[in-house]
Amino acid sequence: MNALLPGQRQDARMAQITKLAVMAVGGQGGGVLTNWIETLARAQSYDVQATSVAGVAQRTGATIYYIEMTPKTAQQPIFALAPSAGDVDILIAAEMMEVGRAVLRGFVTPDRTTLIGSTHRALAVSEKTVPGDGIANADEVRAAAEIAAQRLILADMEALAVAQGSVISATLFGALAASQTLPFPRDAFENAIRSSGKGVKASLRAFAAGFDAATHGEAMLEAPQKSTPHITGPKDKLAEWQNLTGRIERLPKPVQAMALAGLRKVVDFQDGPYGAAYLDRLDAINASDSDAFDWHLSIEAAKYIANAMAYDDIIRVADIKTRGPRFDRIRGEMGAASGQVMQLTEYFHPRAEEIAGLIPASLGKRFEANPKVMARLDRWFGKGRRLRTDSLPAFVLLHVLGGLKSYRLKTHRHAVEMTHLDTWLDRALAPLNDDYTLSVELIKCRRLIKGYSDTHARGLTKFDTVMNAADLLKGRDDAAQWIARLREAALQDPEGKALSGALETVRSFA
Amino acid sequence: MAERSFKKEVEHLRKGDGDVFTGEGILAITKALLENGVGYVGGYQGAPISHLMDVLADAQDLLGELGVRFEANASEAAAAAMLAASVHYPIRGAVTFKGPVGVNVASDALANLSSSGVTGGALVIVGEDYGEGSSIMQERSHGFAMKSQFWMLDPRPNLPSITKAVKDGFELSEASNTPVMLMVRIRSCHVTGSFETRDNVPPLLSVRDALSNPRSDFARVVLPPMSYLHEQDKIRNRWPAAEKYIIDNKLNEVFGPQKAPLGIVVQGGMYNGVIRALQRLGLADIYGNSEVPLYVLNVTYPLVRDEFDAFCKGKDHVLVVEEGQPDFIEQQLGSFLYKSRSSVNLHGKDMLPMAGEYTGQVMLDGITAFLKTAAPDILPGKVRAPNAEVPQIPDLSKTVPIRPPGFCTGCPERPIFAAMKLTEQELGKHQISGDIGCHLFAALPPFEIGGSTMGYGLGPASNAAFDGGGERRAISILGDGGFWHNGLSSSIGNMVFNKSDTVAVIVDNYYSAATGGQDVLSSRAKNDTKSTNNPISAALRGVGVEWIRQIDRTYDVGKVREVLREALTTDYAGPKVIVASSECMLNKQRREKPLRNQAIKEGRRVDIPRFGVDPDVCTGDHACIRLSGCPSLSLKKLDDPLRDDPVAHIDQTCVGCGNCGEVADTAILCPSFYQADVVHNPTGFEAWRAKQRGKVIGWLQSRRAAKRLAL
Repeated sequence: MNALLPGQRQDARMAQITKLAVMAVGGQGGGVLTNWIETLARAQSYDVQATSVAGVAQRTGATIYYIEMTPKTAQQPIFALAPSAGDVDILIAAEMMEVGRAVLRGFVTPDRTTLIGSTHRALAVSEKTVPGDGIANADEVRAAAEIAAQRLILADMEALAVAQGSVISATLFGALAASQTLPFPRDAFENAIRSSGKGVKASLRAFAAGFDAATHGEAMLEAPQKSTPHITGPKDKLAEWQNLTGRIERLPKPVQAMALAGLRKVVDFQDGPYGAAYLDRLDAINASDSDAFDWHLSIEAAKYIANAMAYDDIIRVADIKTRGPRFDRIRGEMGAASGQVMQLTEYFHPRAEEIAGLIPASLGKRFEANPKVMARLDRWFGKGRRLRTDSLPAFVLLHVLGGLKSYRLKTHRHAVEMTHLDTWLDRALAPLNDDYTLSVELIKCRRLIKGYSDTHARGLTKFDTVMNAADLLKGRDDAAQWIARLREAALQDPEGKALSGALETVRSFA
Repeated sequence: MAERSFKKEVEHLRKGDGDVFTGEGILAITKALLENGVGYVGGYQGAPISHLMDVLADAQDLLGELGVRFEANASEAAAAAMLAASVHYPIRGAVTFKGPVGVNVASDALANLSSSGVTGGALVIVGEDYGEGSSIMQERSHGFAMKSQFWMLDPRPNLPSITKAVKDGFELSEASNTPVMLMVRIRSCHVTGSFETRDNVPPLLSVRDALSNPRSDFARVVLPPMSYLHEQDKIRNRWPAAEKYIIDNKLNEVFGPQKAPLGIVVQGGMYNGVIRALQRLGLADIYGNSEVPLYVLNVTYPLVRDEFDAFCKGKDHVLVVEEGQPDFIEQQLGSFLYKSRSSVNLHGKDMLPMAGEYTGQVMLDGITAFLKTAAPDILPGKVRAPNAEVPQIPDLSKTVPIRPPGFCTGCPERPIFAAMKLTEQELGKHQISGDIGCHLFAALPPFEIGGSTMGYGLGPASNAAFDGGGERRAISILGDGGFWHNGLSSSIGNMVFNKSDTVAVIVDNYYSAATGGQDVLSSRAKNDTKSTNNPISAALRGVGVEWIRQIDRTYDVGKVREVLREALTTDYAGPKVIVASSECMLNKQRREKPLRNQAIKEGRRVDIPRFGVDPDVCTGDHACIRLSGCPSLSLKKLDDPLRDDPVAHIDQTCVGCGNCGEVADTAILCPSFYQADVVHNPTGFEAWRAKQRGKVIGWLQSRRAAKRLAL
């Protein structure tokens, strides 16, 4: 029993082991960061051990690197090979949900952990495949990190790195230096980058950016306030526009912002008179609305009527694809200098429906009713086309199509869209006098219609399903809540499994 | 060429007496092999020992100088079979592969080798793929040692211990005429540290010399009656010899106080975890000086009863720290104690979990539980009666999405599975079996293709039961790695022989990609020491497959779908095999990027494609993502109050593989995708033509812009 004395204290020297974990997404350069930290600590006469998990687990998945270090002595310290919950001094997370994962796994604790994280998002597959908005809530992660971390350093380290032509490992290394959690001077950090000998200049720039962001906080990084865009154009069009915006000013204040956005969209889609038609519809609805409900109905109507009126036809797509600012935007995104040769290929695959939609209404209707004609149209037009919009034939074709606005209102597609719009509004507004919120929810169901071809057809089916459910729910106090629930369910998966499930419940009410 | 090059690190392998080597565990093992006069090395790649194969491949010059033969074996079975060279010849040999799956494949050869016994030291270095980061079923290689009677080393996870285990392994093997397995865990393979080096030693007898004096002895052949003698020899001679060697050379270690009422028996590989738990409990210092006695099993099989008995003497409680299941070691130690009518209380899986990795927390909890039972007085007060207020951290388990591994940006396998998903949308769901390799990621969302994996190269074989006809043909996936590993005979040969009416899709990405981009027979790279460029389709014809379709650009989703449809609907009743070939993008980028930058610098014409999405055209339904899952195809929230849902967005990591556009076209999704090719150093005519076009287009654009509002 000579060694086992009661009342042992934790070895004070334990505190001398600094424990640092890096959580990253495969391909982010977590290995490079780990090497730098190791090189740095060795150069500063520390005993260091790093471990990682390589292999197939790294392919775009969540990965973890772990480092322990302590000042060198004659004896060899015993380090752990993986981080333990509640026992990490510095946690570097190279993405916002990895920040969350670090907290979730208990590696971030208020008594000791400095958490250095990047706020940018690399979306997981599960977040992206949802037909609606499946993006995880970063604010929840931030709130949890604020509680869990002893010290929290958060900034968009990815954007800072990209701005310097480098990668995130360098900005994170800079932030680590700035955090002063390792007792090494800034030079020592920079020397570690230099000794790696690869992309040194860009890495050092990004290092400095990360250092500054960690030192001064995120405030300095916030984008300047967006100014209201200045609207330009021919005089008569401008006068027309002033007229329309004058009408918006007569709408209740809470509705104005959405109405302006909607007006902008429909005028851009078609022209001034079309904008006036939009406002006519909105005025009609607004007349039966009141401030008792904070003008909710009008706001949602302003949004979804605009979306319905600016439907996606060939003319709109062709117009968008051939605009000058688009070409400039793409050049910017691709990093092509203004004089540099850039080829632009558009991926089109028109179907018979799009072609039938483009011809005059009466004829188009007859075509669509005739499967033989549709089959023929599909044979002629329905195949994948790659249009080189940097070349004249393709550009001119799309330019001409995009210029067919004066003809658009005569097309079959326009007729179909307007009929649909009217039916939708009628059905949505039918319960208005008895159940205001139900009308609002039914207006919002327009969100379900999106996409092209099969996706569009599926969206329409879901839209109809939810709208029809209103009949089942008629008279119930919670009808509006159920419509909202059904709509959210419809946006969860493409096949509508969640929607069918929710609908079963609704049917069971009857 | 493998994904990671070790050319620079290989220079460290030349270090000699008194030098210090600093680096990864895997490299240290290579160095130790050379220091111990190894005569031949081989293996099959797979995490966590892929880098060992890569290091060996990159070190071929040095190996050549020393007269060491290196073989990149076709499979783990081939690697283990190579150790046959040590049966008759006093040559030290080492092979490496992952465990336990590699050991499964190798087990036939290992069993024969163990029966025959060895003359030269035979070392099997197994990277045990268990716990966090593992990509396989959670099992142990330990059982193989028990059934075949070879010895198992599990050294403490630091470079001096691991490299010493290489030396011990060879010597133990020679002393007991038995092959030895040296097990290293995932993190030990990649752990960094330092050790003092010795000079490299050429083999006493090289394989070349051995060929000049061939030997054979039928007593070593596994045939009756010799096989009965082998079994007796194992028990009567080899085992006692091994025990003697282990005791005499102190391969197992004892740390801590001589006398104490309790102790811990720990696998070498688990030592650091135990020390950390003791450190956190105030019972060990940072150098590992423990106040609890530790018996460290650097040899986990065989267990030496005398040593264990000596350790238990005077103790009331002993804890066994043994990761994984079943508890082979604990059972054996319990049996020792029972047979000697001992009063020692044996703990293990009652304090620590039977299944799962022994993480820091698990270890801390288990050892705390043990000490609470065995010696509560030695625990610090806060552990005995915790009263500190723990702040409530919000639960993020519903917020943070899982992030399993998946196809890389630009992966050529993505379009194959996009086409397959489209085919299933058209023809209905099919019975699909997967295989081992990156293509197994297809089983995950967004594709969810394939419902099983039965082993490397066994994809088509695992569909054999579904050959009896039915409404829809069964489909199986096989990678090029799996094809050459085992698939050609076990899967394709099986299909041909049984006149299979199923479809096999061979995903040919020019490498054994999942394991780190090593070359295989059908690789397109020129490899100075290996024979590459042997087409898969030629091998298929050779074994009698008649219906073969070769696709040379997997990104052509329409073509892949067409060929799939043909294979699924054709009248041809025999095996139908589609070879879908395009280079692994990870390796392609690594190979081409420097060349491309060089070309741009030298003024040669280079065309860099990248894809984009028009945010105004995209309606945010994400159908394209459900047919892709590409990391560079993501979502963006627009600053537009009219939009509810985020739209698709392609970031600057796009490599322009073309999958987005092809999928949008084939699945008739939407016209939002565009491809922009930025041309560096265009030809004179090209630049002139682009300028003229730009003028006309610009004129048309500004003419229309002048007529409308810029909103």
